[in-house]
Amino acid sequence: MNMSKIVRSAANLLFPFILVFGFYIVLHGHLTPGGGFQGGAVIATGFVLMFVAYSYDFITGCIGAESLHTTETIGLLLFIVTALVALGFGVTFFTNWMLDVGPVLNNPVAYGPNPGDLNTAGFIPVMNLAVGIEVLGALSVIVLYMLSGTKEEI
Amino acid sequence: MFFNLPFIVAALLVILGIITMLIKRNLIKMIMGLALVEAGVNLLLVSIGYRAGGIAPIFTSAPDGVMVMPTVQAMTLTNIVIGIATTALLLSFVMVIYRMYGTANAEKVRKLRG
Amino acid sequence: MMQELLLQNLPALLLAVPMLGAFATPLIGKASGGARNLWAVAIMLATLAVAVLLTAQVLSTGTVVYTFGAETPDLTVPADSGGIPIRIIFTVDAMGAFMALAASFVGLGVMLYSFASASRSTGQNGYYALLLLLVVGILGMVCTGDMFNFFVFLEINSLAGAALVASRVDKGVAVEAGLKYAVLSTLGGLLVLFAIALLYGQYGALNIAVIASRMLFTPLDQIALVMLLVALAMKAGAVPMHFWTPDAYSMAPSSITALLVVASQASLYGVFRVVFTLYGLTLEYATIGWIIIILGVLSMFVGVTMAIPQKDVKRLMAYHAVSQTGYMLLGVGVGLAVLGNQQLLDTYGVIAMEGGIFHIINHAMYKGLLFLTAGAIFYRTGTRNLNQLGGLGHSMKWTMVFFIIGALAIAGIPPFNGFASKLMIYESVFLFNPLLAIIAMVVSILTLASFVKVFHSIFMGPRLPEYADVREVPAPMIIGMALLSLLVILFGVFPQEVVDLLITPAAGALIDQGGYIASVLGGA
Repeated sequence: MNMSKIVRSAANLLFPFILVFGFYIVLHGHLTPGGGFQGGAVIATGFVLMFVAYSYDFITGCIGAESLHTTETIGLLLFIVTALVALGFGVTFFTNWMLDVGPVLNNPVAYGPNPGDLNTAGFIPVMNLAVGIEVLGALSVIVLYMLSGTKEEI
Repeated sequence: MFFNLPFIVAALLVILGIITMLIKRNLIKMIMGLALVEAGVNLLLVSIGYRAGGIAPIFTSAPDGVMVMPTVQAMTLTNIVIGIATTALLLSFVMVIYRMYGTANAEKVRKLRG
Repeated sequence: MMQELLLQNLPALLLAVPMLGAFATPLIGKASGGARNLWAVAIMLATLAVAVLLTAQVLSTGTVVYTFGAETPDLTVPADSGGIPIRIIFTVDAMGAFMALAASFVGLGVMLYSFASASRSTGQNGYYALLLLLVVGILGMVCTGDMFNFFVFLEINSLAGAALVASRVDKGVAVEAGLKYAVLSTLGGLLVLFAIALLYGQYGALNIAVIASRMLFTPLDQIALVMLLVALAMKAGAVPMHFWTPDAYSMAPSSITALLVVASQASLYGVFRVVFTLYGLTLEYATIGWIIIILGVLSMFVGVTMAIPQKDVKRLMAYHAVSQTGYMLLGVGVGLAVLGNQQLLDTYGVIAMEGGIFHIINHAMYKGLLFLTAGAIFYRTGTRNLNQLGGLGHSMKWTMVFFIIGALAIAGIPPFNGFASKLMIYESVFLFNPLLAIIAMVVSILTLASFVKVFHSIFMGPRLPEYADVREVPAPMIIGMALLSLLVILFGVFPQEVVDLLITPAAGALIDQGGYIASVLGGA
């Protein structure tokens, strides 16, 4: 069942901002407090807001549990493959192999107040992104399944 | 005494959580007790890792001073993540049990005996 | 180049391979179910191959250390770290490698068996992914050299296990068992973490070797020891914390139960690792040793007496699993009780430990086999009630043969593997304390009696009309069971070879605390 028009409008308005804020936390995970899990959880709350505002049938018409599952799997695979690539560089599993390789993600972090340089910290931003999309998929799918459980009659 | 306060509170939280799990009969409240235990452990971890005036260990060119060893903070975060996974799993179990048995009272959810 | 890369990174690959498999399984399963099954078994085969290579490496070159996120695997203490290993380190000694080998072998048998047994249920993508994750949890627990890492893998183990126990959601009771298992495992895990926090607060390190080298056995350490022992003994299913075992073991799908046995033994490994390596000679080994012995004797006796009146065949086997866990605790407990006395250790302590450790792998094999046969019977007849079953010997000949092998092995009848390890335990424990050995033998006789009854009521008697159309189970299930029974017989016929090759190094690794510390921190 859809909630009232006020709730739906407010949810529509807030949803993009929650997404932006969540991805901000994910991408700045190596600079500021936060990171993949926290940002992913914020994004998932955006999805949960939509689940609450709209009816279960409407939501599953827009975004299936299958696609959320796929998101989760892709995040996990990105994480493990990034860790495994390190073996190809002759270093051990989970070594930060992007550090000292080319100009990508390789600046030193400046001390003191600064706007924040995203181009730092080697593969940690990549890992954060992987964890972020994994968590957003997983948490949304958990809530979606719980919602489907409450729908059924006892 | 004052600086030991976090440790005392952590121990209290753990004990309260275990008592909750033992005396409450509602499955959801038992899971709340488990969450209390988890909160107590997290508080213990964070209080062990606290260093007054420490610097966050993320700067390559930081000034001299006490830097915080972030091990316990990382442990706490990991435990929070694990805790969320556990709580979600347990709550979905309770949902299924409520649907199958029609109750979430631990005394009535006892088909397995012997 | 490729070969060198492989050999250098074996401990990491042992985890990375099944983890990659688990994460990719849902994606492949979406494309085709057959491809997913092939993928899952290929991953398990690869894991077993890595485990075999790793064991060979450990046996030939000694303890293997692997530092995650370092330039080279053996860079345990970086120059600028102030003498502390700051990274997560895997320390695979002979004991860990032995457990990893056992776990991946049972995992392979279970995987093959699952093709047929899970083929009629829904949600198979999740089933295979969780199965592989459970294997990851077990392998991680037995390989890691880091206390916090141990906790993380313990939780992976518990969560995947609980989800699998409850995987037959359509029956409410399975979820009830899963809930019980999950609550107790989580509480146990949190106790372990609390203990780890106490250790970290005092010694400023998480690495087992570093904590062991600094261990002072202060009152806080004693609290931590009690918490670790209680939590891990609970996960291992020792009396008096055994009440979850019959529920979880009987309600899980049989393939999962076989792997859950190994999962509890990983916790048993945790108990041994904590008392021998983490605390070692600093603790009052005689007292702790006797506590473990008493836990073991209680488990043996309570387990078998609870098993005899059971009507549900899997519940009965679950109580026998509790009882068999007691033998391992007894054997290793005797070794711990005489740890400080080199002469007694040489006379019978080491043999007792070897018996206990040998029993771990034997138990994983024959108990896994028995649970798989119970699953095969359930697969065809749809019941586990002993009073309703009967006359299946006419139609399920292979299952009957496998059941006989498993039952004779668990009762300790030669020439099966249970006899070999139990004999080692009897002989050495008799020298330590004759009464304990007599109790162990009586429990063995009761086990035999119980299984004779089960065998009679399932397989003997006339062909029952309601099971007229029961046939033998499909080939993948038979292959899974045959794999395990082959090892049961092999280990029973050549016990001395197995003991020399695997068990003696494993027991030596547990006793040799100094060697463990030196392999991580360097020096001797």
